[in-house]
Amino acid sequence: MNRRAIKLIAGLLLVALIYVGRLAYIQIFNQDFTTLSQHNSLTYVDIQPPRGLIYDRNGNILVDNKFSYDLMATPKDIGKFDTTLFCSLLGVEREAVEKKLEEFRRNRRRIGYQTVVMFKNIPVESYSRFHELRWNFQGFSLRVNTMRKYPYNAGGALLGYISEVSASDLKSHPDYKQGSMIGKTGIEAVRDEELRGKVGYSIYLRDSKNKLIGSYEEGKKDLPAVPGKDIVTTIDAYLQNYAQELMKNKRGSLVAIEPSTGEILTLVSSPTISVDDLANIGQVYSSLLADVNRPMFNRAVQASYPPGSVFKTVNGLIGLQEGVVTPSTRYPCHKGYNYSRTAKLGCHEHRSPLDFEEAIMMSCNAYFCYVYKDLIENSPYGNSRAGFDKWREYVMSFGFGSPLGSDFPYELGGNIPSGDYFDRIYGVGSWRSSNIISLSIGQGEIGCTPLHLANLCATIANRGHYIIPHIVKDSPNIRIDDRYREKHYTMIEERYFDYVVEGMSMAVNSGYGSGATAPVAAVPGLEICGKTGTAENPHGAEHSVFMCFAPRENPKIAVIAYIENGGFGASVAAPIASLVVEKYLNGEISDGRKWLENNMLNLSFMERYGSVN
Amino acid sequence: MDLSTNSVRKEGFDKVILILYLLIVTFGIMNIYSSEHSITEPFNLTMSMRTVKQLIWLGISLFVGIAIVFVVSAKLFETYSPVIYLFTEFLLIAVIFLGVEIKGSHSWFALGPVRFQPAELAKIATSLYLAAIMSYPTFSLHKWKDFITAAIIVLLPMATILLENETGSSLVFASLVFVFYREGLSGWLLVALGAFILFFILSLILPLWVAVVILASLLLVLFAFTIKKVTKRRRLRFMTTLGAIFLAGTAYIYSVNYIFNNILLDHQRKRIAVLLGIMEDPLGIGYNVTQSMIAIGSGGFIGKGYLNGTQNILGFVPEQSTDFIFCTVGEEWGFIGCLFLLGLYIALILRIILVSERAKTAFCRIYGYCLACIIFFHVIVNIGMTIGLMPVIGIPLPFFSYGGSSLLGFTTMLMIFLAILRSEKR
Repeated sequence: MNRRAIKLIAGLLLVALIYVGRLAYIQIFNQDFTTLSQHNSLTYVDIQPPRGLIYDRNGNILVDNKFSYDLMATPKDIGKFDTTLFCSLLGVEREAVEKKLEEFRRNRRRIGYQTVVMFKNIPVESYSRFHELRWNFQGFSLRVNTMRKYPYNAGGALLGYISEVSASDLKSHPDYKQGSMIGKTGIEAVRDEELRGKVGYSIYLRDSKNKLIGSYEEGKKDLPAVPGKDIVTTIDAYLQNYAQELMKNKRGSLVAIEPSTGEILTLVSSPTISVDDLANIGQVYSSLLADVNRPMFNRAVQASYPPGSVFKTVNGLIGLQEGVVTPSTRYPCHKGYNYSRTAKLGCHEHRSPLDFEEAIMMSCNAYFCYVYKDLIENSPYGNSRAGFDKWREYVMSFGFGSPLGSDFPYELGGNIPSGDYFDRIYGVGSWRSSNIISLSIGQGEIGCTPLHLANLCATIANRGHYIIPHIVKDSPNIRIDDRYREKHYTMIEERYFDYVVEGMSMAVNSGYGSGATAPVAAVPGLEICGKTGTAENPHGAEHSVFMCFAPRENPKIAVIAYIENGGFGASVAAPIASLVVEKYLNGEISDGRKWLENNMLNLSFMERYGSVN
Repeated sequence: MDLSTNSVRKEGFDKVILILYLLIVTFGIMNIYSSEHSITEPFNLTMSMRTVKQLIWLGISLFVGIAIVFVVSAKLFETYSPVIYLFTEFLLIAVIFLGVEIKGSHSWFALGPVRFQPAELAKIATSLYLAAIMSYPTFSLHKWKDFITAAIIVLLPMATILLENETGSSLVFASLVFVFYREGLSGWLLVALGAFILFFILSLILPLWVAVVILASLLLVLFAFTIKKVTKRRRLRFMTTLGAIFLAGTAYIYSVNYIFNNILLDHQRKRIAVLLGIMEDPLGIGYNVTQSMIAIGSGGFIGKGYLNGTQNILGFVPEQSTDFIFCTVGEEWGFIGCLFLLGLYIALILRIILVSERAKTAFCRIYGYCLACIIFFHVIVNIGMTIGLMPVIGIPLPFFSYGGSSLLGFTTMLMIFLAILRSEKR
């Protein structure tokens, strides 16, 4: 062939080769274009999953979802549309639509490119009809709002509230998506991970004018949202509601635990947030924060109080275990205990001397001072410091002095003072039981939360062990940690608990005139075992404390009631706690105790608290 | 496909070219449909659709083609080529005054609903006349008079079309330089032409002194390789020539910016600047090229599947059924599809060159080369602009892009070649 023809053909093939190379580069080797094409034409629209529900222990819904639907408009994007169809889909009058459009036109400068609500709260039927045909209406969109609904007024702050994620939430949780709801407090916050589910997306095709024109690959590549998991709590909704009512207009806490499982049946921190406020948290948030009664503050796990006389049970048990006292040991009491030549720790009027069980029954201060003195000074450990350290070790084994490890956030540890602390104050080797004698009756440097006390009550009910109190129940959806099944034994042998239990039973069931502290708590047919406490504190009147459990054998419920400035344990805390036990075990309050129930429901200390914090 | 065996002999009709033609046209219509089908509606065809119009134009084109091959005597094309040429030139000038303005160019006649671009006819007329003149037995490109005659035949329509503001169609005629080369024009002229383009680009993207250094180095390399072949007597003259080339080249390099900024039109300047990466224009011409490359690039190896492209259908690619139709191929058929289409074109061009080389008459050969060159130019420039190798020049992909004028023009041109071939073999 002609040489020039061959050169031309060679040139042609060379050019073709360059083109093939270029095509291979942009189509095969450079993946950027694929990504860019998706940015170009695919729009990811988030699908928000329904949030998990919260149930009580009996399958009642504590926290439910409700949806509301809004029709949104982006006035800038609204083109021509079929008004008749629009009106019939949404079930609105033509005039209403025209009025709205006119409004948008008037405010066009202010609205700009924003999307605004056109019709709020449209019915769900309108929503689905419109959703089906939404492609016909450029510039209009639908919005689904998820809200929480509370069938029972039970839980309040315990449940917590949710709100849309904020910019700072998004920063701290990069896996959250704009527009998602996040639990801010309570169970909603602690179990947010499970409750929120996983946001999915639909992929839509978008044309060069930014108009959505249909699903991408018929939705095959869409990621469905994973609904949030439902949570079963250990709460008994009825009991919670009842306890909340009893605690109304009082500051304090009530905690009820099922001793055999550590499950929290009821946890009230009063005053609490009503569920109506929870649903509208946005509107009431600032007034809640300003409230002197601090309804957002969960006293039951976050407030540290002196335990008062209920703590005598602990000291008594340690005494028995250490052998410094036996059930038959008797100590005299003449209105108190002289712990030094000049100082006396007072006691109330009661017969004397008393043995161990009677001392519990009548809550004798002097008895436990003797016991405590022997624990600290007559121990086989040599000196006060060593005796004290041993005592502290015993106390800590009940879970005092550190957070129990419940599933509440920010659980407070309370305080059991250390030997070092007293060394610092009194000097090494120069303090004795007389310096710290208040500890014998649960006063002084000791601090614990109502949850600690409820746990103590459950421990006594179990005769020596507890299971960490918790509020989320094991369910097929949500498995709970093994630590909520584990038995924690105290350092006290089981047999010594019987004497305390007997004392507590006597305190309640010996009848008026016997000297018992809490006959008011007695319920015929239920052998309630209880211990009162009247905790002195620097903030005015004594705190009224009562812990009790029932029945005596195989206890089903252990309750602590702690009412700030409520006075004697027997006057407020004992009635309330016993009513809760009665309600739980009998389902109703017996006629003979209706007056007590009424008194407690109507009792208000709010004036007493005034504006004092 | 066996490109070299002569299937022409029996019937005198080249089936290979016809088959390649039909494959390209069919693939083209499929892609036109894809570029305009609605993603939300099922398959339908209406009279207003480009696919249908193109099918009608294909019918007309095939009818005209059959008439040319089987009815009209091929000899007439050679005989009447001067008349056709002059008539076409007349139309080219007339359209400037009588044509309708489309996108700033005056290159279309509108006869009722039908629009016609005489520039399409000019490609055929010029090729025929050029072939006629150059095949004259005494014609030689080494004769100045003949060379200038031939050059004028090409430059005249080129200039007229330029006046119509159809730069793209005008540039097509430049491809005929390869015909001149095949017919004896010095290869140095091609080299010079290439050098002009190369240094135009280099002057724009590099500092001017670098371009001068490159020119000097190239000339030195040339000098080193050729000096031994030059007889001693002519060495001085050779070196003087090189020196002159260097001076002229340097002057050219320094005037490129002036040409670029003052002679080229604004949109032409932009297109070149964007291609060379010396200007960003992401929303203007750069947008088109970027979107086009995104569409093709996103096709990947096997493409997204027929009718499954997103970029074309959703309107990201401009002119997706005409000048940028290759995007649809790239996106939906992927690298494989692009290779297939490019292969069809290369096969067609090669086949035309091969049968031209084997032609008995110079007229047939030269016309065949003209045809091959024009198809080549269209394909390379059109595909090149969609993949960022060429500036954006609005010329269609032959037999493929939507457009009746172009389809009829190219089909006619091809059929005339088949007719000439057939007449030779009988």
